[in-house]
Amino acid sequence: VKVLITGVTGVMARMVAERLVAGGHKVIGIDRRPWPDSPRGIQMFQADIRKRPAEDVFRTQRPDALIHMATVTHFSAGAEERYRINLDGTRVLFDHCHKYGVAQAVFVGRHTIYGAAPDAPLYRTEADPPLGVSTFPDLADMVAADLFAASALWRYPEIDTSVLRVVYTLGATPRSTLANFLRGHRVATVMGFDPLFHFMHEKDAAEATVLALEKRLRGVFNVAGPPPVPLTLLCRGTGRRAIPIPEPLYSLVLGRFGFAWLPRGAISHVKHPIVVDDAMFLEATGFQHQFDEIQVMEAFRMIEQV
Amino acid sequence: MWRFLVSPEVRERIERLDLPFNAYGLDPYGVSRDHLARFYTLLGIFYRHYFNVTAYGVEHIPSKGAGMLIGNHSGSLPVDGGMVIASLFYDLDPPRHTHGMVEKFAQYWPFVSAWFSRVGQLPGLPDHAKRLLRDGRILMVFPEGARGTGKLYKDRYQLVRFGSGFMRIALATNAPIVPFAFIGGEEALPAIYHARLLARLTGAPYWPVPPYLVPIPRPVPCQLYYSPPMRFVGDGSESDDVIEGYIDQVKARITAIIEHGLAQRDLPERERRPYEADGGDAVRPEVAP
Repeated sequence: VKVLITGVTGVMARMVAERLVAGGHKVIGIDRRPWPDSPRGIQMFQADIRKRPAEDVFRTQRPDALIHMATVTHFSAGAEERYRINLDGTRVLFDHCHKYGVAQAVFVGRHTIYGAAPDAPLYRTEADPPLGVSTFPDLADMVAADLFAASALWRYPEIDTSVLRVVYTLGATPRSTLANFLRGHRVATVMGFDPLFHFMHEKDAAEATVLALEKRLRGVFNVAGPPPVPLTLLCRGTGRRAIPIPEPLYSLVLGRFGFAWLPRGAISHVKHPIVVDDAMFLEATGFQHQFDEIQVMEAFRMIEQV
Repeated sequence: MWRFLVSPEVRERIERLDLPFNAYGLDPYGVSRDHLARFYTLLGIFYRHYFNVTAYGVEHIPSKGAGMLIGNHSGSLPVDGGMVIASLFYDLDPPRHTHGMVEKFAQYWPFVSAWFSRVGQLPGLPDHAKRLLRDGRILMVFPEGARGTGKLYKDRYQLVRFGSGFMRIALATNAPIVPFAFIGGEEALPAIYHARLLARLTGAPYWPVPPYLVPIPRPVPCQLYYSPPMRFVGDGSESDDVIEGYIDQVKARITAIIEHGLAQRDLPERERRPYEADGGDAVRPEVAP
């Protein structure tokens, strides 16, 4: 099949692209950023997904499937930019899929949309509401993009749409939401709280995305790997030191003293767990993760030693 | 670290728990073996020495698979829950771990939140209850909830309204219900007054004030009576009338166990008898004495 990947220069997207090429698929990539030494078999277009050149890729290349990974999740982008790319971008892509007869679409989203709250169930299923809008208001664009992508299931029923809610990824690259939080040698935790963190290896996440495509999934699926571990253990396993900060002082130390910066809303995500139930995805795809929690943490710890 | 806080007996018993620990000693719910060791050592001191709890009828608790322990809240702090957890650990062979259904406010409190999460005491949500039971765990529910611990001393051993959620969950998961009664908690911490302002400041549902002012339970000998399991017919989708009827049977059973326990309290320990229900697995209504 001919697969179009948006946001193809992202860490995980590259892995997905390479896996698809190795699996005999034809891969087209779109990204605003260039990918100078892109491997053979990947046809690269440098374009903004919301602009006309991107539509032209659909028109001329006629892909069979879309994997949408062009979402901005870092907060340095600014709220307006995030809304434009995550919402408008998702919208036009699904419209293109409909217009140019793309039979299948995979939206790669985040498990953080479930939001961390003290009174939320530990294991979230796909049916649970996205509390992220209230617990972490800065995530509203990701919540909306996720729900909007899923609306393609009834708006464009001819497209096999799947929405993946992937847990935090970690691995041999220092670029991911969780990697950013663990960037320094010292990690600020909220004193008296030690939530479970659910994460998987980025290679496993890429593999799961490829499986979702190959199995032609339809619907919303939580994607996870090994079971979650407490934050203090995550710090220890990745060679960090957890520094407990009393909650009233927490937002004051963020971005200072070598601690990573976090938006205000993220504090609930450092106090309470977001863990997902991936039983539906496992049943639909037979996915098995290759890296357990220890190997994932080790892989991340190794980055600095290299 | 902290190994000196763990008794060898606890360490040995923890090895025999049927929890799927990973290499770090964590189960999928975040229950940690190290935390359990310290938790059970501490509970053991209270169970055996401070409150001197005697448990009767522990053989009624399923030795494997799901089970729902349903009982009365006794005393103004949920020490009864801790003692039930301790009795399944110390008096059952092999020991079993009990998951309590905790009031949600506990998750807002620093340290309490982290500790409860590591020893499997999750917030009392139906999702948690169903998931744990389907995983074959033992669940402890006080259907009176905070209404039960929030009783004043003058209302001791009087059951207040039961929530109905536990019964629907038991039916949906086909888990046996083991009714039990906890005797002694009301005397350990008798609340004569509730301090509203303190409750509001701490986020707790109430703040008990005993005659001696500080809400710390006194060392009163306590007894735990487990009764034979009850099973009811249904899948949890029954109408409220049916469910209420089932709950009344459980409530009548617990009332009977409480009366049995109170009557035996002043007997010497070796003359006390476990509670024997006539026809434990019955669906027919219990005869309330």
